[in-house]
Amino acid sequence: MKTVTFRIWRGETDGGKLVDYTTEISDGMVVLDVVHKIQATQANDLACRWNCKAGKCGSCSAEINGVPKLMCMTRLDQIPIEQPVTITPMKAFPIVRDLVTDVSWNFRVKKQIKPFKPCAPQGEDGAWRMMQEDVERVQEFRKCIECFLCQDVCHVLRDHNKHEEFIGPRFLVYTAALEMHPLDTEDRLPELKQAHGIGYCNITKCCTKVCPEHITITDNAIIPLKERVVDEFYDPLGWLWKLLRKKD
Amino acid sequence: MSNYETIEYDVLVIGAGGAGLRAAIEASAAGVKVGLVCKSLLGKAHTVMAEGGMAAAMGNVDDRDNWRVHFADTMRGGQYVNNWRMAELHAKEAPARVHDLEAWGAVFDRTKDGKILQRNFGGHRYPRLAHVGDRTGLELIRTLQDRGVHQGIGVHMEQTIVTLLKDGDRVSGALAYDRERGRFRIFKSKAVVVATGGLGRAYKITSNSWEGTGDGVSLAYHAGAELLDMEFIQFHPTGMVWPPSVMGLLVTEAVRGEGGVLRNKEGKRFMFDDIPDNYKSQTSTDPEEGWRYTQGDKSARRPPELLTRDHVARCIMREVKAGRGSPHGGVFLDIAWIKEKIANAPEHIKKKLPSMYHQFMQLANLDITKEPMEIGPTTHYAMGGIRVNGDSQMSNVPGLFAAGECAAGLNGANRLGGNSLSDLLVFGKRAGEYAAKYAKENPAVEISSDEVEAASREALAPFDRGAERGGSAEGPYQVQYELQDMMQALVGIVRREDEMTAALEGIGKLSKRAAEVAVYGHREYNPGWHTAIDLKHLLTVSEAITRSALERKESRGGHFREDYEAKDPAFGAVNMVVWKGPDGAMQLRREAIPEMPEELKQIIEEMK
Repeated sequence: MKTVTFRIWRGETDGGKLVDYTTEISDGMVVLDVVHKIQATQANDLACRWNCKAGKCGSCSAEINGVPKLMCMTRLDQIPIEQPVTITPMKAFPIVRDLVTDVSWNFRVKKQIKPFKPCAPQGEDGAWRMMQEDVERVQEFRKCIECFLCQDVCHVLRDHNKHEEFIGPRFLVYTAALEMHPLDTEDRLPELKQAHGIGYCNITKCCTKVCPEHITITDNAIIPLKERVVDEFYDPLGWLWKLLRKKD
Repeated sequence: MSNYETIEYDVLVIGAGGAGLRAAIEASAAGVKVGLVCKSLLGKAHTVMAEGGMAAAMGNVDDRDNWRVHFADTMRGGQYVNNWRMAELHAKEAPARVHDLEAWGAVFDRTKDGKILQRNFGGHRYPRLAHVGDRTGLELIRTLQDRGVHQGIGVHMEQTIVTLLKDGDRVSGALAYDRERGRFRIFKSKAVVVATGGLGRAYKITSNSWEGTGDGVSLAYHAGAELLDMEFIQFHPTGMVWPPSVMGLLVTEAVRGEGGVLRNKEGKRFMFDDIPDNYKSQTSTDPEEGWRYTQGDKSARRPPELLTRDHVARCIMREVKAGRGSPHGGVFLDIAWIKEKIANAPEHIKKKLPSMYHQFMQLANLDITKEPMEIGPTTHYAMGGIRVNGDSQMSNVPGLFAAGECAAGLNGANRLGGNSLSDLLVFGKRAGEYAAKYAKENPAVEISSDEVEAASREALAPFDRGAERGGSAEGPYQVQYELQDMMQALVGIVRREDEMTAALEGIGKLSKRAAEVAVYGHREYNPGWHTAIDLKHLLTVSEAITRSALERKESRGGHFREDYEAKDPAFGAVNMVVWKGPDGAMQLRREAIPEMPEELKQIIEEMK
């Protein structure tokens, strides 16, 4: 069996430090297994969130050697283990303890986004009709497991702390899923432009790179939303047309 | 008690999986004040793991389907010890509950004419499962979560309930601690809905996450609720067996629904070897016919891989025991073979089973479009649980309701795949509705400070022992591991008298050790402490499972006795009921299943 050192951030709101734990590893282990092993054998009070251990719930987000990842989906044979492996909590959110961060901001943001508002069912049987090809785009966005890694990597939040002015990639994807839902009748463009700060995104695509669900966040969600906002508020011809129609 | 914050609700829902969220939404819509408590963050509950879909007889793909067929399928799957009223309500109401989800923004896969697509699943006569690829659970929980947050429900995340509180016979709320800070908090509430899901963590190999420690079942039991049919545990036939760290992780039945086949190491499709009599007329004996069934041919019968889960799990065990298993102690599940049948098989597989593709690629470094998977049985689901009234979901404790996996009745001796998500919706809604009604009709409750003090003292005792004895006292993990190993070995897929008697004795010893475990450090996010508290629940449900399993001297559904291999009609007429006696010892009785109405009997007869 191989022995590997894991350098895990331990601490609370008032600060902390990296602590080294050396442990044996076996075939097929993922980073979360190591954290659990350390928890069970060396540090019973090491705090970390986890749930499904299958990349489906998005609880065990952390930064492994500085890269935002799900601990349960990072196999040890995919990362260099000759040197100590650093595990730190997500940087874009306040620390609670050890690897656990306070992600409650995300839940507050979601509440501000106008909910789904469907049209009347089209079928005589009282059910809606949607074609598969029309829902596929939305289904991509709905794969999101809310791990918030995209929020963590986004420099607008991570480095510039614009949490009050920008909803972040996760909620742009969420808004896109609602806006592009074939049955939805709500209009969320004014908020996108103003309170939700879509203009802050300068399309560096870091979010797309870290998404464990491989959602094409920037190209498929954010850019089309930006285009809609531009069409609605900045297109001079469209603006003139609306002005004239209002006068009628 | 003045130290503890008290939050008052009309209805308190414990658990934020599908059933809890659905209950909270319904209660809130009825105009009462609703609180929702969960151990994890919102949207992370085990419901996200559900893959295949939710069963609802909408008849979108095959118009021969209707509630009567679904009812008969559910009863047959449950080997007729189900609560027939729940099976009836479930079959009738599931389509409307799926419609609710669509109204709230869920985006199911579609048929060619734009309706909700339905897929085949084990034990269901017609394609019946509304689904979204293989991530239906995520769609369900996210839809409910997003609906719920706009309804003014008070959400309390990362809170663990230590005990339910009582005011005389009635439930009066619950004592919780927040996992983040370890602070106690009192929830005062006229009605409580327990929706805490499963108890798979009592076993070593399980598909359940850490949350599945049987909390709700145990909390209700200690509050005086009766438990029903605890011996019926579903071992899902297809869990991952390698690598060791993911042992037990679920591989969806949808793999077989899409044409996946089971083979032993000799390459033989062994499921053809043993087809039970009551399924012979519906099961194909010809591989070609089975394939046509999975591809939507209405005239074809289903392949034996899609027989009920209990049966498939035992067939796999048989192959492994006979030395015909795979290198890591399972058998092979092969979906890659369909390339012989269809042109663009790899793309087709990735489209139909995206998260399975992802799961094996990431965790086992295996491409399921090219190679077979290695799988074996895993503890998946508890059919038994809190005994409830079929209509209202109320337990025998006034004001205490239960819904979803922690409640018993719908599934009898074996649950059909897809009936769980629809169960959550149908009975989550009913529990919420009736809990709200109960809260409106009944006067306020009082909290007993003695009860609160006693419970918080008990919860903190492991810290006291840690402080007193330093490093010499035993920690909680070793006790937990030993219990899981023992339940796996002695009360697992194949059971017998002497082993279970030994298990009962073992549970007694482990209970004594659990009462002495010590923990160290802070109360903030302390997993050792959380595990110490979980132990009581795990031990309670393990004892209930073992006692009930000892008493049922026959084999039926998820309960298989090596020493009583046949079904016994005498046991087919009874349920096992467990409750906490006045002296604190667990009591058990057999209780006759109520007579089924003529109309329902006829349906079963017709569908045989």
